[in-house]
Amino acid sequence: MLRKEVIIENELGLHARPAAKLAETAKRYRARIYLKKGSRKAEAHSILDVLALACTKGSVVEVIAEGEEAEKALSEIVALLSSRGA
Amino acid sequence: MKRLKGIGVSPGVAIGPAYLLLTGHLKITRRILKPEEVTREIRRFHRALEATIKDLEEVKRHIPEEMVHPLSIIDAHILMLKDPSLVRETEKLIKESLVNAEWALRKVLKKYQQIFKELGDFYLRERIRDLEHLIDKVIFTLQGQNNHVSLNQPAVIVAHDLSPADTARLRPDTTQAFVTEVGSRTSHTAIVAKSLGIPAVVAVKGVTEEVNPGDLLIVDGLAGEVIVNPTQEVIEEFLDRRLECQERRALLTRHAKEPAVTLDGHRIAVRANIELLDELPLALELGAEGVGLYRTEYLYVTRKALPSEEELFETYRQVVEGFKPEIVTFRTLDIGGDKFATKLDLPEEINPALGLRAIRLCLKSPALFKTQLRAILRASLYGRVRIMFPMISGLGELRRAKTFVQEVVEELQKEGLRFEALPAIGAMIEIPSAVAIADLLAQEVDFFSIGTNDLIQYALAIDRGNEHVAHLYEPLHPAVLRLIKQIVTAGHEAGIEVAMCGEMAGEVFYLPLLVGFGLDELSMNPQSIPAVKNLIRRLNFTECQKLVEEALKLSTPEEIRVLVLSWFEERDLTLFWDYF
Repeated sequence: MLRKEVIIENELGLHARPAAKLAETAKRYRARIYLKKGSRKAEAHSILDVLALACTKGSVVEVIAEGEEAEKALSEIVALLSSRGA
Repeated sequence: MKRLKGIGVSPGVAIGPAYLLLTGHLKITRRILKPEEVTREIRRFHRALEATIKDLEEVKRHIPEEMVHPLSIIDAHILMLKDPSLVRETEKLIKESLVNAEWALRKVLKKYQQIFKELGDFYLRERIRDLEHLIDKVIFTLQGQNNHVSLNQPAVIVAHDLSPADTARLRPDTTQAFVTEVGSRTSHTAIVAKSLGIPAVVAVKGVTEEVNPGDLLIVDGLAGEVIVNPTQEVIEEFLDRRLECQERRALLTRHAKEPAVTLDGHRIAVRANIELLDELPLALELGAEGVGLYRTEYLYVTRKALPSEEELFETYRQVVEGFKPEIVTFRTLDIGGDKFATKLDLPEEINPALGLRAIRLCLKSPALFKTQLRAILRASLYGRVRIMFPMISGLGELRRAKTFVQEVVEELQKEGLRFEALPAIGAMIEIPSAVAIADLLAQEVDFFSIGTNDLIQYALAIDRGNEHVAHLYEPLHPAVLRLIKQIVTAGHEAGIEVAMCGEMAGEVFYLPLLVGFGLDELSMNPQSIPAVKNLIRRLNFTECQKLVEEALKLSTPEEIRVLVLSWFEERDLTLFWDYF
């Protein structure tokens, strides 16, 4: 299981469009990918659960990936979340 | 598809099925399944889900290529419908609780509503509306294009007219928009819609005949347009616009709680006009520095019996405590006898706007007035309170009203209440005679609050509810500007603060003038606060004062409008006109 912390950089936080992008990306992998903020955890490809995590700008989020291609998935998702335009 | 025009009175875009307030409605009922029906019901759920997703994909295909975002809001919606948690939980409910798909979906939606309600971020919290809309679509499909819309599901309310009692019965969380056949910019529907942040279009001729229950409507509350059964392209265009509005709003809201200070250091208090206790959290979140106008009519127009002192006190206390340490300005009852849900035994009037209402009615009905004053004064012990009297036309009324307050204070003191400081007393300035004697009134009150809706109506002799003359209602009439100037001057010479709480105070277009007049406080529907504060921070007080000087030299509303317009353009500030 791989983990990495990221800080959300998007002005509006993880809002509908970035959450959609995240779900689309996560779905391409067979790895199980989660986002963890504080004590709450969401599947990355559940857009609703991700929105409900309320990741506003500056939030610290932990990305967790396990299974096939976990490493590749993790690095792509971390890059996505820490980009300003996400 | 059909486009209908009206007057847009509350900004925002909504899409939803029409609910005609005149007709009965069908509720979603719970059906208990036999265990052997479960598989079929889950299949039924998936079919409806897929059909809805297909509809959305169809919409996407019809968007011209140059307009396609790499990832549009439609994709986000499709992902919501495919959401693994959503699907899993709905299936689980069907399987384990043996309920029909509609009921299960509604329950799952409720769970998400609960979660999203708790979110701290305004923008994210509002995403639940998208889900509500989507689940609605699925339920529609499940019911086989059922045309009946229940008031328990999100809908656009279509009616000939909406009375205060009607609007009070509607649930703000499921009302997507209001569309009425009659009405004007300042009618009750408009005010309630704006205060709840619901888009509204009024004066849409023939809308109750043109629209059938369940028709899909797009309501544009800024442009004043209603589109009946829009094509899919039009739907997509509106969904994207709605998202843009919400994103801008989220950005503005971020700074809403900071004070509104001009570039040259002039601070203006920006407060909220509220009517319902429910509006309190939103008003605070949108940056209200207290309440400049608390409309207290609600409890009188929504029930058959007059409210008791305890009932009033309980509501008032919650409002006062909620805004503490900021001030709450109570406007004492501002209605005529005809508006009470319980008909007071008063004669019918031919011209109620000039009749027995507001402070006149209160002075004539001591029991009614004293009950309210007792409740307000008791609530004042829980925070900061001001009291203002509506429709003051002369000193006699003001003095009598103040005597009532004095009497009630003495009564309460005898009953053992201790007041460290009594609430400040103010007069609403909304009748031309009060403007003419503003210098005299200023000697006997602690503050003024200009009620522009009535002031303009009375000064220009325009019934704002009359569609034939409503267009003559003109805040930029030179007479109106002179009246405002006179009120501010009289107030400031006497050393009291002057506030404005009419609709005009929340319109960004008038803001440079209002700032220039030297108003100390602007009070508006909470939705307007972020935009108003944002613009104030980009204004220069001295420049605004000069603008007022210029405006006062001009002779017609048109000239003044052009002046303000070019003033905005020269400073590149037109960008800030949109509400959000």
